[in-house]
Amino acid sequence: MSKPLKQIHLAAHFPGVNNTTVWSDPAAGSHIEFSSFAHFARTAERAKFDFLFLAEGLRLREQGGKIYDLDVVGRPDTFTVLAALAAVTDRLGLTGTINSTFNEPYEVARQFASLDHLSGGRSAWNVVTSWDAFTGENFRRGGFLPQQERYSRAKEFLETTNQLFDSWRGDEILADPSTGTFLRDAKAGSFVHTGQHFDIHGQFNVPRSPQGRPVIFQAGDSEEGREFAASSADAIFSRYATLKEGQAFYTDVKGRLPRYGRDRDQLLILPAASFVLGDTDAEAEEIAREVRRQQVSGATAIKHLEFVWNRDLSGYDPEGPLPDIDPDLGEHTVARGRAQVRMYRDPLATAREWRELAEANKWSIRDLVIETGNRQTFVGSPATVADTIDDFVQADASDGFILVPHITPGGLDAFADQVVPLLQERGVYRTAYEGTTLRDHLGLAHPDGRPDVRSAS
Amino acid sequence: MTSTPSPLHLAVALDGTGWHPASWREPVSRPRDLLTARYWADLVAEAEHGLLDLVTIEDGLGLQSSKPFGPDDRTDQVRGRLDAVLIAARIAPLTRHIGIVPTVVTTHTEPFHISKAIATLDYVSTGRAGVRVQIGPRPNEAAHFGRRTLPSLPVGGYNTPEGQKVVRGHFDEAADYVEVVRRLWDSWEDDAEIRDAATGRFIDRDKLHYIDFEGEHFSVKGPSITPRPPQGQPIVSALAHGTIPNHLVARAADIGYVTPHDSDQARAIVAEIRAEQAAAGRADETVHVFGDLVVFLDEDPAAAAARRERLDAQAGEPYTSDARIFTGTSGQLADLLQELQQAGLSGFRLRPAVVGHDLPAITRGLVPELQRRGAFRSAYEADTLRGLLGLARPANRYAATTA
Repeated sequence: MSKPLKQIHLAAHFPGVNNTTVWSDPAAGSHIEFSSFAHFARTAERAKFDFLFLAEGLRLREQGGKIYDLDVVGRPDTFTVLAALAAVTDRLGLTGTINSTFNEPYEVARQFASLDHLSGGRSAWNVVTSWDAFTGENFRRGGFLPQQERYSRAKEFLETTNQLFDSWRGDEILADPSTGTFLRDAKAGSFVHTGQHFDIHGQFNVPRSPQGRPVIFQAGDSEEGREFAASSADAIFSRYATLKEGQAFYTDVKGRLPRYGRDRDQLLILPAASFVLGDTDAEAEEIAREVRRQQVSGATAIKHLEFVWNRDLSGYDPEGPLPDIDPDLGEHTVARGRAQVRMYRDPLATAREWRELAEANKWSIRDLVIETGNRQTFVGSPATVADTIDDFVQADASDGFILVPHITPGGLDAFADQVVPLLQERGVYRTAYEGTTLRDHLGLAHPDGRPDVRSAS
Repeated sequence: MTSTPSPLHLAVALDGTGWHPASWREPVSRPRDLLTARYWADLVAEAEHGLLDLVTIEDGLGLQSSKPFGPDDRTDQVRGRLDAVLIAARIAPLTRHIGIVPTVVTTHTEPFHISKAIATLDYVSTGRAGVRVQIGPRPNEAAHFGRRTLPSLPVGGYNTPEGQKVVRGHFDEAADYVEVVRRLWDSWEDDAEIRDAATGRFIDRDKLHYIDFEGEHFSVKGPSITPRPPQGQPIVSALAHGTIPNHLVARAADIGYVTPHDSDQARAIVAEIRAEQAAAGRADETVHVFGDLVVFLDEDPAAAAARRERLDAQAGEPYTSDARIFTGTSGQLADLLQELQQAGLSGFRLRPAVVGHDLPAITRGLVPELQRRGAFRSAYEADTLRGLLGLARPANRYAATTA
């Protein structure tokens, strides 16, 4: 007997404030108007995707002391858009990225429990952390959190919100007019949490929601991030979308689950993936090349180089050779509000490697940034892309993908119309939603073992 | 000037099954649906059917309570609710004309988050968003956040000098909060997004502005992450009883909800607000003063009175309110509203005693009665809440200073 085919999970990431989002294309629409979000969500639901995903950043990015102006700038409030999208969709999961540093558990728990009620059990939370004083300048407490404590706060934040979600069992509301009893228990929602980051007590005021708790996503990739995911998340939004890296990550993270008494199905691994479709593979390659040039203008290439050099390189010609000066190894000050700069752990080595590559290939600065930047994950005819996705999932490099189109809001349409039917024909992708909640779509159990934080009475 | 009455504005305050604590026990009520989107969608559809200017949605950061300063451990009244901003967003795409005004507690939330949330509500409703700001002085709510110890209630209550000091502290923070929220709405100029292919610039960053607010409770740098909303400035409103909140209304709000019990009180409140408005340099701006009234509306005055008595009996005590409680017919209520309008109120926020009964009584009884008198619109005349309230789209404060 061969192994049964895994069912593929697909989700859609609304194109974000990165250079991968091509705003200059004539087909590119608004990143703010609700009609764009509604279009995108309806396409995802038509394609029977598990969920829509929204990223978040709480301060506009800056480079060289000025607001970064080359990418899409600006986005709406996550909770507000997701609640509105619940009105124009019926089954699609609604995943929001919400920061655990510049929020408080009581409020975030209210918002997710409310979203879960208002969407009939379709809410999910991508828990992210930050610590920087740069973002903190927009909030009451400023840059209050040391970097090394960000995961400890995130973990306790999540534990605390879980305690709040679980503070209602779900059977408290009787609403019996004949006896006049609305609530079975005057102490419904009671909680006490005492910890390093939070010392709170009282009564939570949102009764238990359809999913009990929102589905929890985690996106960090550090050792701490992986442990956090293995202990507490339902799904990981990962960045490993090549077969080998994907398999390594998949094996690593799934291998951490037994330590927390969890089995392999309780944590889904969903890398972000971009795609370009064409009538033929050759045509798709041609389009993909053009899209990469749109994504990396000369000005964008210079800015990207500054992430590594940590210097003002505005005097350099993007069509010319790489700078011969070395990166500034001091504290990174050029690009702010961007996690990406931390990827370059050894800027000197990166600079040396890039110079050698550029010389060997006769690349300009722009050529280099295009060629060394991420290629689209899936490029090809619909059949090729469907094959690749299926192979990838069946080879345990992931459980599916969170697709990031490069055009808003229509960038998902061709995938829904051309690739999804092929996956359905193979029997690896749903033709109809089996359930109503996001937990149903993801095959996750309803949270049980709900601890009753009240004293037995 | 003609003798035709100027049209008045009508809002309905939505809270659970209605404002009477026994309202959930009425057969017309749907207490088991309170946590569903369908329930709120139905209520707002009914309000829009009646051409109302707006609905407000109550909220709080603790369990509802009959006591002013903490939980009451009662099990015979509605307890538990959903976040008002999320309810507002959930119903916005299902409506087309009515303004949607959720309550936000200023004491424990972040002005940066709320500014973008209300801006986004304005986007998802295409220009119909507002916010009602409310202070959160309850110690039990502070314990839900654990970040600050609030000054305790003075022994003599809030109407003592020490009590007024506590109240002033909360309202000063609320005023700062509104200032930050409003500056953030203006932190993008309307034409900041340029999509200039020639230079590769998506925005003209000279049209984005740091707000650099520094205050006692928070400092906020800006700009917002959300572009300026369709209305430019969504509506800001507050409930006010007393000089301190009246000043917040006069200085910072577009609508104040006030609770006069007769025309003389209404005149006095309006005079106080107008004087402070002038002192704050806002004499030329429209600040609406809406009277709040709890309403029991029936076709026969005796039926309304009997219904109120029956509900009071079920609750085990007579219902009391900060607002005047009206019991009677649509005609009588229309008389009262027009009388109070003569005293200077420009509109009313009606609190249905039983929403399942009194909301349709407003939309299908009171509204036609006012229309017959030429005192209420017969069709929506604008697409935005500012438009319905007769407010122009304001210039951007930052654009004005850099132009």
